[in-house]
Formats: sequence, structure tokens, C-alpha cells
Amino acid sequence: MPNMSLKRNEMPVQAPDVRNRNFQEVALGYTEEQAIDEAKRCLGCKNKPCSTGCPVQIDIPAFIAQVAEGNFAEAYKIITKSSSLPAVCGRVCPQETQCESKCVRGKKGEPVAIGRLERFVADWHNSQSEVSVEKPVPNGHRAAIIGSGPSGLACAGDLAKKGYDVTVFEALHVAGGVLSYGIPEFRLPKSIVQKEIEGLKALGVKVETNTVVGRTVSVDELMNEEGFESVFIGSGAGLPRFMNIPGENLNGVYSANEFLTRINLMKAYKDNSSTPIKAGTRAVIVGGGNVAMDAARCAKRLGADVTIVYRRTEKELPARAEEVEHAKEEGIVFKFLTNPTEITSTEKGWVKGIICQQMKLSEPDASGRAKPVPIEGALFEIEADYVIMAIGTSPNPLIKSTTEGLDTQKWGGIIADEDGLTSKTGVYAGGDAVTGAATVILAMGAGKKAAAAMDEYMQNK
Amino acid sequence: MFEILEKKSLNPTVTLMRINAPKVAKKALPGQFIILRTDSEGERIPLTIADYDRESGSVSIIFQIVGATTEKLNHLNEGDCLQDFVGPLGRATETEGLKKVAVVGGGVGCAIAYPVAKRLHELGVEVHTIAGFRNKDLVILEDEFKAASGKFVLMSDDGSTGEKGLVTDALKKLVESGEKYDRVITIGPLIMMKFVCQLTKQYEIPTVASMNPIMIDGTGMCGGCRLTVGGQTKFACVDGPEFDGHLIDFDEAMARGAMYRDFERKAHEDACNLFKGVE
Ligand SMILES: Cc1cc2nc3c(=O)[nH]c(=O)nc-3n(C[C@H](O)[C@H](O)[C@H](O)COP(=O)(O)OP(=O)(O)OC[C@H]3O[C@@H](n4cnc5c(N)ncnc54)[C@H](O)[C@@H]3O)c2cc1C
Ligand SMILES: Cc1cc2nc3c(=O)[nH]c(=O)nc-3n(C[C@H](O)[C@H](O)[C@H](O)COP(=O)(O)OP(=O)(O)OC[C@H]3O[C@@H](n4cnc5c(N)ncnc54)[C@H](O)[C@@H]3O)c2cc1C
Ligand code: FES
Repeated sequence: MPNMSLKRNEMPVQAPDVRNRNFQEVALGYTEEQAIDEAKRCLGCKNKPCSTGCPVQIDIPAFIAQVAEGNFAEAYKIITKSSSLPAVCGRVCPQETQCESKCVRGKKGEPVAIGRLERFVADWHNSQSEVSVEKPVPNGHRAAIIGSGPSGLACAGDLAKKGYDVTVFEALHVAGGVLSYGIPEFRLPKSIVQKEIEGLKALGVKVETNTVVGRTVSVDELMNEEGFESVFIGSGAGLPRFMNIPGENLNGVYSANEFLTRINLMKAYKDNSSTPIKAGTRAVIVGGGNVAMDAARCAKRLGADVTIVYRRTEKELPARAEEVEHAKEEGIVFKFLTNPTEITSTEKGWVKGIICQQMKLSEPDASGRAKPVPIEGALFEIEADYVIMAIGTSPNPLIKSTTEGLDTQKWGGIIADEDGLTSKTGVYAGGDAVTGAATVILAMGAGKKAAAAMDEYMQNK
Repeated sequence: MFEILEKKSLNPTVTLMRINAPKVAKKALPGQFIILRTDSEGERIPLTIADYDRESGSVSIIFQIVGATTEKLNHLNEGDCLQDFVGPLGRATETEGLKKVAVVGGGVGCAIAYPVAKRLHELGVEVHTIAGFRNKDLVILEDEFKAASGKFVLMSDDGSTGEKGLVTDALKKLVESGEKYDRVITIGPLIMMKFVCQLTKQYEIPTVASMNPIMIDGTGMCGGCRLTVGGQTKFACVDGPEFDGHLIDFDEAMARGAMYRDFERKAHEDACNLFKGVE
């Protein structure tokens, strides 16, 4: 008999006024009892609406049924048939717009907490004593992966399992892509990311950090000189955008990437860090996505009063619902319909404040959409010691500009077909490098698709 | 690992190291740089590729001890290994079509200028080098520059070696005496480069300045290295480090360079104290 409670099991979290002063993980995860109880809320729908909402079509009812029975190992097996990074995705996927949005239980009450269950299963698996991995039998073919974000890791894992000799090339000194340098420790502990990477190494995947493809070695050299038969480009969308408003190069203006890199990759939040961060007591973050939430919550943890300014209304915030909720609980102030026009300067060239234009919603247009439009003359200044620009990123042009015959969109995205094949034979691409900034699960899915296509290509060559 | 194959002190505060880094050596070109970390907790710092040997797979760096990381680096010895060493980064110096060039270096900037001068010399370009130092104890690479330059002018602030005066004085003299350069390449402290660029603007000599803003990743990912050039924002690590000197907003670059001054001073003191404890 299913559990018919309209409400899902709450997941224990650190209290807001405690966690907003530390960098430890906010959400603590279900206990076995909570997980089983939550799993019993699933009705096991035959047509699996939830799975259709999952970008990689995990067999959700099947894994949840195993959780309900306490068969966590079996549940893990089912998830990993479709996903390579369950401990990560369980934490960072926007479930409310994906699987959980399709859950029948959500029509009257709250949907089954699919994300929390996924996280539980993955964490349970990771807490078990090491199961020795069997190294696949080598098939004699070599593949190169550029970038060690979720797309690259997923592609590498699938190819390695098929026996390919796989090398991942990463520009930074740490693998993991955005999972390592962008998403903060309190949302995604770095030990989880490292565990995934260790898992790949155990399968025989080689990871070469400190290698900037396009500078240290080119795609053509990898293929023509170093003997890689096929290449996957998962280089992400790491080039930060700025607004091009006056004052943006003042001291104290950071791109979200720089701020988060200093904190996550270089550990500038620790007292003994050798990398500095200049964080005053009043911070303004511009933007409304996950990146803006992460930057805001980091600034809070470094001791600042934090304001997020966003051009549209709360409804349009692109961030995960849970992050917005957590940010509010932690005391972050949101100013909606607010568009920065200038950053003002102290005499010494530091940020003094940010001048914003108050917006309002226009009358809905023909399609029924209301646009933010400025309210004439409604300008105001927010005082700040530092400002973080979190208004988006685009793909870095380095690989395109150093790889002959690789076609890209005007805005920089690599052009690839359904399977990830680019305009260059043997060269595949996926993740943010193709789509522009998107999500972990889409990047992972693209890596897996490309791995299948690369397998076919190398086998039939 | 990136082993230190050779270490040589060039003056009391400037050290040369040759590092085993075959992948970097294979692709390096003058004007490019690397980013290194000394240890697993270390900061990422950029240093110019001073020289490279593709055959033996080694890359030389020349650094001035100015703060915590360069202090730590200087405490490593032959046989020790660096944690990370990535490159070559940035764009190489453009040399096409050049016939006669003045290279103007200041202080440790001469270490960055030297490989450029050498490359131009190898390409058959006539190179005149002006190198400025505060005093004679700080002079580096004098013989190397002489070998690569048709003319070499040494300047010092206090007159303890070469001629007394600023590099701009020397450049002015050469130009006024009728030397015609199709390019000036200047590398050194921002304030020096600013004045060199002001001077060459008067003479309408195209000028390239090599910029050293604070960097982290060096791949275009953080924007921390941004500069304003001709009213546009540029990332020095991927668009540079060399830019049209007549278009650079030097005042902004100087302000940005001072962003972490307090932290740096403290970190340097801590590092010095740490090493005092050891010795
Ligand atoms: C702060 C932040 C928070 C986010 N939060 C969420 C979230 O909650 N949920 C969610 O689903 N998504 C989130 N995202 C988005 C998600 O992280 C990305 O969509 C995803 O990481 C893209 O994966 P990828 O493999 O395409 O690229 P990336 O993760 O960007 O990895 C690309 C890697 O390639 C390397 N690289 C780049 N160029 C080269 C080169 N020339 N040579 C070698 N290596 C190279 C980079 O250094 C990097 O390590 C967030 C993003 C950020 C920045
Ligand atoms: C492209 C480039 C090439 C360079 N080449 C050389 C070189 O060949 N030889 C040399 O001696 N120096 C070079 N520098 C400067 C060198 O990177 C700094 O001296 C070094 O980072 C100082 O680190 P520190 O911890 O010892 O000193 P700190 O006390 O941290 O800083 C001292 C000064 O160095 C600068 N600096 C600090 N951190 C960084 C950083 N991460 N990136 C850039 N600058 C920083 C700051 O302006 C600061 O005022 C170069 C810089 C750039 C950007
Ligand atoms: S150093 Fe980060 S973009 Fe240049």
C-alpha cells in the first residue's frame, strides 16, 4: 500500500543562520527510513511520466520501487544504466522542471522527491566499502576527451567501459569542470566530484590536467600525431559576459566565474589560502540563475550583506527553485525588475555603488508576454563594496580558432548533430560547448550519446 | 612532474630556472607565458617563457622575488618539482614584416623582453635594445641582450651603471638622432610603459606593450585579467599579453594591479617568516 501523504519527506538541512557562515553542505540527505518512506509515495505508474521528463530517461519508477524494498544496490544499478553522475545530478538537477514536474502525485499535493531519492541512492552506494572495479578488456582503440566537466566525464566513462583507451585533457589543474570550479562546496562537496573521477581512473581513464587544447596541443595534432582516432570536445561555456556598462572594470567588480574560481578552485575562503579574495561587507550580485545564487551565497558566507538584482520578476528566475528558497532563508535580499546602468567609483578607483534602473512590466504583447521596460527617471543607487556579474557565459573561442574545419554558430557554439558529430570527421562535441550554458544532466546526456556514436565510428572505420 | 633542471641567480632578487616541460617546450613561442603552482595549496602565477629547448624538452623562466609565491618558488632547488606548469598561453609576439625594432625593457621586464629580442634577431630584424634598471646590482641579461642587439643601451636610475636616466630619455635620443623604427616593443613596469607609449605616440611609431595583469586561469575563463584597449574590454591571457600601446588604458591597469596589495604584503611577510623558521 503506497504512502498517501500529500507532503514529501523533508530533507534535513543545516539551519539557515548556521549554514550562511560555513561552507559545509547545506542539505544533509535522507536517512534510510526517510528514503524508504518517501519511495513508498510512488504509485509506480505504468506509463512512467516522470521518466519522460528526465533528459536521460532514467527508469525512475523501477529504481524507486527498489528503494521502497530497501534494495539500494539494485536501485543504484538501475540509475547508472542511464546516468553516470547520480550523486551529482541528485544534488544539482532542476528536478522541479524535469522529472518531478510530471509526477502524478504532484497534481494533488507534492510530487515524489525523486531528486532526493536519487541522491540518497548514490550516497548510499558511495558509502559502501570499495567494490573492486573490473578493468574492461582493451579493444585497442584510442579516444581523446577535451574538458573534464560532466559531458567529458560521461563520455570518457562510457568509452572506457567498452574497452577504449581514453585520455581526458583538462586545462585547469583540477578535473571536474564547473563541478569543481563553479558550483560551491556547500551545494556539491568536491569529494563527491573527486570520487567520480577516481572511479573513471579505476576504469583505466587517463586524466591529463594542465593541458590547454589549442595551445599545448591542437585537435589535429591529437588525431594526426598522437594517434587518437576520435575526439570529443566538452570544453563548456566558460567565457564570462559583461554588461558593458560604465565602471565595470573598477576594482571590486568580479565576473561570477572569477569570484567562484577564487573560492571553489583556489579555496580563497580558507584562512591559509594563498589566493586572495577581496570581499567587503556589502555585495551586489547581478543576475538570476544558479550562478548568481551561488555567488550570492558565497558572498554571504564571506560575511557580506548581499543583494541580488534581477531585471525580470521572481517568476522568471532561471535558478533551481531550491537554491532561491535557500538563498532567501540565508538572508539574501532580492530586488526584482531592477537593471544596473552604471557602477560608481570611490576616489581610489574602487566600487562605491551600483546605479539601477527600476523597471516595470509592459502590457502583454500579442503572444501574451509582458516585457520589463524602464520606468522613466526611476534610478537609484545601491551602495556596495563589490559587485559580481553573473549574467551568463558563452563558449571559449580558443578551440574553434585553432581547429581547421570546425564549424560554430555565430555566438560561438560548436555545431553538432543529434549524435554530437561536428563538421569534422571523427570529432564529436557536446554539453555547454554546443548548447551554451545549460545543465549538468544535459551535458552528461550529450557525452553519453557522443560516446555511443564514437564507438560506432571507431568500430566501422 | 615538472622538475627543476637548473637554477641560477641572476641578481639578488631575480632567478632563472629551467624546468622539464616537454609539452610546453614543443609549442612555445616568444611572447607566450606559462602558469605555475609551486605546491598543491599554491596560487597560480603567470611567468613569461624566457627560453625553450624543444629537443631537451625544457622551458626557462626568469622571475623576480616580489611576493609569497615567487619567494616560495625561489626556495625550491634543482631536482625539486613544481606542482603544475601549464602553457604555452597567450599569443606569440607578431614579428611579420618587421625590419627595425626598438625593444625597451625595464627591470624584470627585461626577462620578458629578451626572448622577443632574440627571436627578432634570429629572423634578421635589426634590434636596438634599451634596458633600464634601478642600479647596477639589478642588471640582468646584459650579455644576452648584447648578443641579440645591433645596439644596446643600458640605463640606470642612479647612474651606477650605463647612462644615468630613464629609458624614455634613451629612446628619445635614438629617435632624435635619426633612427627609424617600424615598431617599439616595451615591457616593464606599467608606469614606464605608459611613458614610453606617450613618447612614441608623439613620434607616431607603432608600439606594442606587454601587459602583466593579475591572472588566475589564463584561459579566458575568469575575466580577472581584463583591460581596456581602445575602449573595448580585452582579456590579456587570451587576447594578449601584447597590445597596441597607444590604445591601452594604463591608469585603469595600474589601479587593477593594486587590488590585492594588502593581502600580498601580509602573505609575503608570512612566507618570509616561514622560511626564516626553516633556515
Ligand atoms: C556556478 C554554476 C552553478 C551551476 N549550477 C547548476 C545546477 O545547479 N544544476 C545544473 O544542472 N547545472 C548547473 N550549472 C550548469 C552546469 O554546471 C553546466 O551546464 C555543466 O557543467 C556543463 O558541462 P560541460 O561538460 O559541458 O562543461 P564544463 O563543466 O564547463 O567543463 C568544461 C571543462 O573543459 C575545460 N576546458 C575548456 N577549454 C579547454 C581547452 N581548450 N583544453 C582543455 N580543457 C578545456 C574547462 O576548464 C572545464 O574544466 C551551473 C553552472 C555554474 C557556472
Ligand atoms: C603574462 C604575464 C607574464 C609575466 N611574466 C613575468 C616574468 O617573466 N617574470 C616575473 O618576475 N614576473 C612576471 N610576471 C609577474 C608575476 O606573475 C608576478 O610577479 C607574480 O605573480 C607575483 O606573485 P607573488 O605571490 O610572488 O607576489 P604577490 O605579493 O602576490 O604580488 C606582487 C605583485 O605581482 C602581481 N601579481 C600577483 N599575483 C599575480 C597573479 N596571479 N597574476 C599576475 N600578477 C600577479 C601583482 O601586481 C602584485 O602587485 C608576469 C605576469 C603576467 C600576467
Ligand atoms: S586570467 Fe582568467 S580570463 Fe585571463
